[in-house]
Amino acid sequence: MRELRSKSFIAAAVAGPALIVALPQIVEVYTIFNLSVYAILATLALSLGLVWGMGGILSFGQSAFFGLGGYAYAIAAINFAGSTPGLLAAVALPVVAAAVIGYFAFFGRISDVYFAVISLTVSLILYNLINSTSGAAYRIGDAPLGGYNGIPSVPPLNLPFAAAPLDFAGTFYAAALLLLVVYLGLRLLVNTRFGRVVVSVRENELRAELLGYDVRLYKLGVFCLGAAIAGLAGAFYAAWGSFIGPGVFSIGFAAQIIVWVLLGGLGTLIGPVLGCFIVQSLTAWLGEAEASNPSIVLGVLFLAAVMLVPKGLVPSLREWGRRLLGAGRAVPRERAP
Amino acid sequence: MILEARDLWRTFGGVAAVAGVDFALEEGELRCLIGANGAGKSTFFKMLTGQLAPSRGRIVLKGEDITGRPAFEIARRGVGIKTQVPSLFDGLTVAENLWLAARRAHGARRADAVTADLLGEIRLAARADDEVGTLSHGQRQWVELGMVLAGEPDLLLLDEPAAGMTADEVEATVALIKAMRGRRTLVIVEHDMHFIRRIAEKVTVFHRGRVLVEDTMDSILRNPEVRDAYLGQRAGGLDG
Repeated sequence: MRELRSKSFIAAAVAGPALIVALPQIVEVYTIFNLSVYAILATLALSLGLVWGMGGILSFGQSAFFGLGGYAYAIAAINFAGSTPGLLAAVALPVVAAAVIGYFAFFGRISDVYFAVISLTVSLILYNLINSTSGAAYRIGDAPLGGYNGIPSVPPLNLPFAAAPLDFAGTFYAAALLLLVVYLGLRLLVNTRFGRVVVSVRENELRAELLGYDVRLYKLGVFCLGAAIAGLAGAFYAAWGSFIGPGVFSIGFAAQIIVWVLLGGLGTLIGPVLGCFIVQSLTAWLGEAEASNPSIVLGVLFLAAVMLVPKGLVPSLREWGRRLLGAGRAVPRERAP
Repeated sequence: MILEARDLWRTFGGVAAVAGVDFALEEGELRCLIGANGAGKSTFFKMLTGQLAPSRGRIVLKGEDITGRPAFEIARRGVGIKTQVPSLFDGLTVAENLWLAARRAHGARRADAVTADLLGEIRLAARADDEVGTLSHGQRQWVELGMVLAGEPDLLLLDEPAAGMTADEVEATVALIKAMRGRRTLVIVEHDMHFIRRIAEKVTVFHRGRVLVEDTMDSILRNPEVRDAYLGQRAGGLDG
């Protein structure tokens, strides 16, 4: 496969693990703790980068699958003691939900705009549903749903068949590795037949169909894959903070994912990752500095980004890089006799 | 008989765009469709390819009823279409466009070979890695023609294949169509009478959603009814 020989792919595959191993030796535990959650949220951003950026499906409520993954993990991990059943549930439940929603939407030929509204609505319905599960009666096995208080003391991650939970560094390794594996995996995926057809559907659905591709199946496939990734990220999130609450289904969180992807660059895979790291670290820094309201600063930043780099950071940087390289190459050619 | 349409209708809110078309095509035939804009040619094509379901009537392809089947399924049964306005994957390269078309019908290795062949055939090998959004209109027409050919369909529907092409490109298109004659079944919608005269054997004239007449090009040109309905209009300046 050509992608395996691409320079940026090799660079990411070599530098990524090196960075993951080195970081806990260099930086403080507090930073590692923060970087872990950025990696988890960046994985969520990648899932939307896949579904929206590659597949052209605006899944406004991508957070619903993240939240379902988080809740499924919490409930399964509490009941079965151990993170492995939790992780399996965190993939299975969002995929089933995505399959049902996607089936009706794509096979029913619902238009793109309506789909965005429907997906957001699903997230908001879950928000209300979970919020109204306060009280001891709402429990699944040993796990109380907790309503707006969420589920506290969610079990942390542990390696399969090992009883001891992962420490801060271990959780960081797991989260960062998840992000790296998902990123590299998606890069390979977009170069397979499936990935290319998914991109072609984004470009021109009618043409893909007239060539004989069953567009509905490809959309359903990429939507379910995105849900699986988001669900896995949700499980890591719940394990990381030992907590999952209905806030993950809120409209604010749904919008935040959109901002990460747009800021980083729609249609790229590294863009959503960078967008997430930038926004989240800035939010944390502004919060600590207590200089101003992070929401206002982020809003201004987002408006500025939309006006200055409307295609997102990564596509704009690539464009500038190409221009610089082009100019660099033109110089010797002019000097040549 | 490769294709047969019986009493085909398509109405849009009470207006019949296609109003009872009977149409039959022998295998290996080259048929031209003419008719003023709004005569129902494109709607007819959309029904043949499954983009629109007929309001009434039957479409039979190679002996099988395909009425109302989804577009991808009809494409897999061997129907390829070059649409009136080139319908391409604009953000992808010329090679990627052709590969996607070839890969639907062939295995991975064969798809690479077909892509390489077609790049030469449509004379765009030098621009293989350029996005098709950056090509000229004529070149885009060729890319789409290449994509249709990549799937090796039995029945090709070409909606205005020569529109917006330079004289050279039209020549090449004529040559390509003549080379396909007999090997594939072709239906061509075209307004350019010179183009049609050079390729046509049998011509079907559409008028107000119906088949007005079906005959050889020479007889069509002499037919007063056709002249009134279509050619006369054009001569009178009402360019259809």
